[in-house]
Amino acid sequence: MDPLFVALQILNGIQYGLLLFLIASGLTLVFGILQVINLAHGSFYMIGAYLAFWLTARTGSLWTAIAIGLPLALVLGLIVERVMIRLLYARDHLTQVLLTYGLILVFNEAQRLLFGNDVHGVAAPEIFAGSIRLTDTLSYPIYRLAVSGVCLALVLVMYLVIQKTRLGMHIRAGAVDRETVQLLGINIQALSTFVFAAGAGLAALAGMIAAPLSSVYPGIGEHILIICFVVVVIGGIGSIKGAFIAALLVGLADTFGKVLIPEFSSVTVYAVMAVILLWRPQGLFGRA
Amino acid sequence: MDRTPRLLTILALLAVVVLACLPQFAERYTIQLLTRIMTMAILAMSLGLLVSGVGLVSLGHAAFFGLGAYVLALASPANEAASVWWALPLVIGASALAALVIGALAVRTSGIYFIMLTLAFGQMLFYLFHDAKFAGGSDGRYLNFRPAVEFMGQEILTLNDRPTLFYVSLALMVLTYLAIGMMLRAPFGRAILGIRVNEPRMKALGYNTNRYKLTAFVIAGAIAGIAGFLYATQYRAVNPALFGWRESGLVLMMVILGGLRSRLGPVIGAFALVLVEELFQALTDHWLMAMGVFVIVVVLLLPDGLAGLFDRKRDAAEADDG
Repeated sequence: MDPLFVALQILNGIQYGLLLFLIASGLTLVFGILQVINLAHGSFYMIGAYLAFWLTARTGSLWTAIAIGLPLALVLGLIVERVMIRLLYARDHLTQVLLTYGLILVFNEAQRLLFGNDVHGVAAPEIFAGSIRLTDTLSYPIYRLAVSGVCLALVLVMYLVIQKTRLGMHIRAGAVDRETVQLLGINIQALSTFVFAAGAGLAALAGMIAAPLSSVYPGIGEHILIICFVVVVIGGIGSIKGAFIAALLVGLADTFGKVLIPEFSSVTVYAVMAVILLWRPQGLFGRA
Repeated sequence: MDRTPRLLTILALLAVVVLACLPQFAERYTIQLLTRIMTMAILAMSLGLLVSGVGLVSLGHAAFFGLGAYVLALASPANEAASVWWALPLVIGASALAALVIGALAVRTSGIYFIMLTLAFGQMLFYLFHDAKFAGGSDGRYLNFRPAVEFMGQEILTLNDRPTLFYVSLALMVLTYLAIGMMLRAPFGRAILGIRVNEPRMKALGYNTNRYKLTAFVIAGAIAGIAGFLYATQYRAVNPALFGWRESGLVLMMVILGGLRSRLGPVIGAFALVLVEELFQALTDHWLMAMGVFVIVVVLLLPDGLAGLFDRKRDAAEADDG
């Protein structure tokens, strides 16, 4: 295979992986700190994608759409945590699975009511339009590079917040032992709300910036949710570092699966998961 | 684990008698609907064995249901009916084998990991059949002829006949119920119930708990395959949605809705949920929204499911469980 082509596929894989990380990090933190399994996390990605489509059509620019849409998504995350998720802290996983399953049905149907079943496209912002021509046949869209850049910047911000600030320290401690953190006088309730809303915001943001890359369609959130579950399981539940490495692994596996074995490309990711779990049932960085 | 109130048992027996008489006067639509519900009840019972028997919450159980349906559709010859004597064992074998492979990985984990793993493997099978050309891709496949039940060259049951298929489903549902009951009373059943209550203790007693969990997972997968066989026989068509997590979630919902404390729970849940679904579908185009709200309300307000409504001695039972 042409080395340039391989290099481009690696870029694609990393870009997809970074995007997955934005979504999976929220999912894994919600598991870690709230001890809640949130099936409806993918719905925030869908909501982000549809907000991007709707607001871009209204305002004419993806920038404005993100500027308006992101606070909306954060507020929605806040409301869902306050009204629904809070009821689940003390309940078993079974209840959590079913309640958030019910939430998905409600969100999906709300999407169908508001936007119908059509597939929509979103235009990339003008300064990132076009692509870089590499050879006569190969080129690389600038917007993909921009998405990778934005994701990397967010990863860096997340790293700094989680590793270097007091808030981050509380989050890390909360993931290890919720009760002890509470005993030390930290308001774990407020921390949980913050983590959930931030996770919802990140997932929605991922949906917004990914909207120009893939089309916006019904069920978009479910597909991404399952892949993010795979990421979280491979990385180890509650581990941000694990989620990062697993996201890149899954992004690359998916991209190369599509190139090398197009017939069964959708299975590659799960095969990777199976192999890793055979070796480490608790995931790469999970605590047994 | 079985806390079926006596009143409920009597009602269930009555229901079976009523069902058995129904084809004499019911309309075609009712027969078809009830056949589907009984198929779902078998599927829900198989998942109930995992959830309330072993304490394993699987969110990918529809995978074995879908596999059972697909194996029948793919293995049936195009120009004649498959014989049930090889088709059914083939379906059961294939579902059990898939459950063995998936289960071998999944039972090594527990809690959230188990839920997510089963979900992921279920989706893997979904995409495998969704993308596979030999299986008809996203359209799925048709089954040209329903399986034939022959004995010494004579057809003894005509599955093409709607009431006959209804009775076969009813019989299989009752058989599944009795078989699971016998299994839970046997030493194997006592062991898996012990695992649900306290796995470390069972390990300390020398039980290879993973092997017990895997066995239960394989049995549940095989029963789900039988339900898939019935589904494909009734509708003569299969499509990838049968594998999907939405289907798995619905089956899990049936188990919870019926109630985990009673072995009748999954059956009650299957009847209730499918009927509610039919009702919502008749009322509105956006019935999934209503289903979502229904699921949320049931989970929040009825932690013991519908069977719990019959159980006035619940608090005493809880004290028992300690």
